[in-house]
Amino acid sequence: MFQDILVTGLVNGSAYALLAIGFSLIFGVARIVNIAHTAFYMLAAYCLYALLVRFGVGVPLSGVMAVVLVTLLSVVCYRLVIEPVRQHEAAVLIATIALALIFQETMLRIFGGSYLGIPSAIEGVANVFGMGIPWQRLLILIVAGAMLSATWFLLYRTRLGLAIRATANDLEVANLMGMNVHRVAMATVAISVALAAIAGVSVAPVFVVDPFMWLSPLVTVLSIVVLGGLGSIHGSVIGALVIGYVEAITVFALPQGAFLKGAVALSIMVIVLLVRPEGLFGVAFEEER
Amino acid sequence: MLVLPSRTLAAAWVASVVLLPLVLPDPYVLRVAAMTCIFAAFAASWDLLAGYAGQVNFGHALFFGAGAYSSALLSLRLGFSSWIAVCISALIATATGLCVGYLCLRLRGSYLSLATLAFPLILIGALFAFPDFSGGELGVTGLQPLATTRIGNYYIAAAAMLALVFGIWAFADSRFGLILHAIRDDELAARASGIDTTRYKLAVFAISAAAAGITGALYAHFMRGAGPSTLETALSFQVVIWGVFGGLATIYGPVTAVFVLYPLTEWLGSFSAFGELRLLIFAIVVLLVLLFMPRGLTPWVRDRIETRCPRCKQQNPAWHVSCRICAAPLHAQSRAPGHSPR
Repeated sequence: MFQDILVTGLVNGSAYALLAIGFSLIFGVARIVNIAHTAFYMLAAYCLYALLVRFGVGVPLSGVMAVVLVTLLSVVCYRLVIEPVRQHEAAVLIATIALALIFQETMLRIFGGSYLGIPSAIEGVANVFGMGIPWQRLLILIVAGAMLSATWFLLYRTRLGLAIRATANDLEVANLMGMNVHRVAMATVAISVALAAIAGVSVAPVFVVDPFMWLSPLVTVLSIVVLGGLGSIHGSVIGALVIGYVEAITVFALPQGAFLKGAVALSIMVIVLLVRPEGLFGVAFEEER
Repeated sequence: MLVLPSRTLAAAWVASVVLLPLVLPDPYVLRVAAMTCIFAAFAASWDLLAGYAGQVNFGHALFFGAGAYSSALLSLRLGFSSWIAVCISALIATATGLCVGYLCLRLRGSYLSLATLAFPLILIGALFAFPDFSGGELGVTGLQPLATTRIGNYYIAAAAMLALVFGIWAFADSRFGLILHAIRDDELAARASGIDTTRYKLAVFAISAAAAGITGALYAHFMRGAGPSTLETALSFQVVIWGVFGGLATIYGPVTAVFVLYPLTEWLGSFSAFGELRLLIFAIVVLLVLLFMPRGLTPWVRDRIETRCPRCKQQNPAWHVSCRICAAPLHAQSRAPGHSPR
């Protein structure tokens, strides 16, 4: 049981980290609470299913294509739907909720409401330090690790990353310094949705795919970013691991744990918020008055 | 009284709500209308909290579900009579509101929205962990409706809705509502002006939760049971959509939105071809309307049919040339001849 907790917590936590970082980035740069974030994760899983199972494209190609297609779609959605109402915070919120509903219903129409399974990219069980871990779960871990490092490199070692961090820090000053904040916001949307899509593609073979699969990770991601501090990248990663392990411990160690895993994770978030309202690693945003 | 077109519209709306069962006593219409009334009052309670006080609650279903579940459990498990159960469930919802408000006192903005999203889900988890008491995923059923006839049930929902909506509206227009506006716009400045913002925020949470709890209890009695759907994230999002679609901080906006959107989706659902598409159409309609009216439906309509006097700030019908109160000219003077625009 101890091994199960260790592995499940790490794998789920790293998948959550991919989702939470993207959510945090969009919030930090554009102040958009993107409810549709995990809907893009769902779309990527469906895209992979369609390419792999329906059209018989190879595993690596369909994975890459799913991520690229979903990222392009997110940029189109941002330009057509979010950007025109950017001044109205409430309207942006509803627009993202409506987008998520539209994606959900479209997938329901195309693929039906039944649970779909995707064959694993690699079958078999790896033996790590005497523990048997399915290769697919190990793959999630590797992909998540690689993507987290790539994101870190992009944010802290490139000019685009500098622009993203500057815009997140202070939009007006970044604009005055000659950064094209609209383009930075668009790039951030693309990056964060690409991360969500990668999470969707790598997780899809382990979980089942259905049109409502975006709701429960959405709540988890929200609790992670609130726990780690909105807009903080480190906070999101650590929050994701904390929540991943808490869920794993609840499921494996408590009776009725499967029902309680969400409730326990959310209660921890509430407790942290009571002690530290800005989250564990909260960037104290300048009071926007 | 009916000088303003918006007042005429409000009066016409009240009249149609009251007269509906006499004109169209169809059971299906009455059922949809009663649900519309219940959700309209629910949306109004959200607007008081989110629109006026700026505490954008993403978990408003908590109060609705608390009202529904406590009313259903009190009647079925403890044998209270229906009306007493509704009253007690309003008190329980108020207590829930105070708890949430207390927990959220230090949070603001997006943090508050995201944290409040968690509370109904925590309650769902707790209910599912005790399936013998709460009925688990199926919920509790077998509740007695409040009245024996269809028309009676409709009138209970309609009367409760009118009382709650006009109560909340009057409340939001009072000095209390003004203070809520101040807290939303600048909490620090409000506190600096001697307003005990803590007390006001707790009060608005309690009042909003009480109203939402009553609607939840009515819903449970109308549906003859309460299930986890009364606590779901979908319902919390639904009320946010109604509130923003109608126009924030207006009270009549969310009510209008429910009266437009809820019957629309039900009507679309009655066609077999559209049945499965109704949520899709709903989302697309909301998206398109927001692209053209980002402040919401009712502010946009009100701007078309009324103008505000530049001198005394009173509303006037759009076709008036001078203000009905102070007689100041309403529209900017046309340019004097001979002056070319720069």
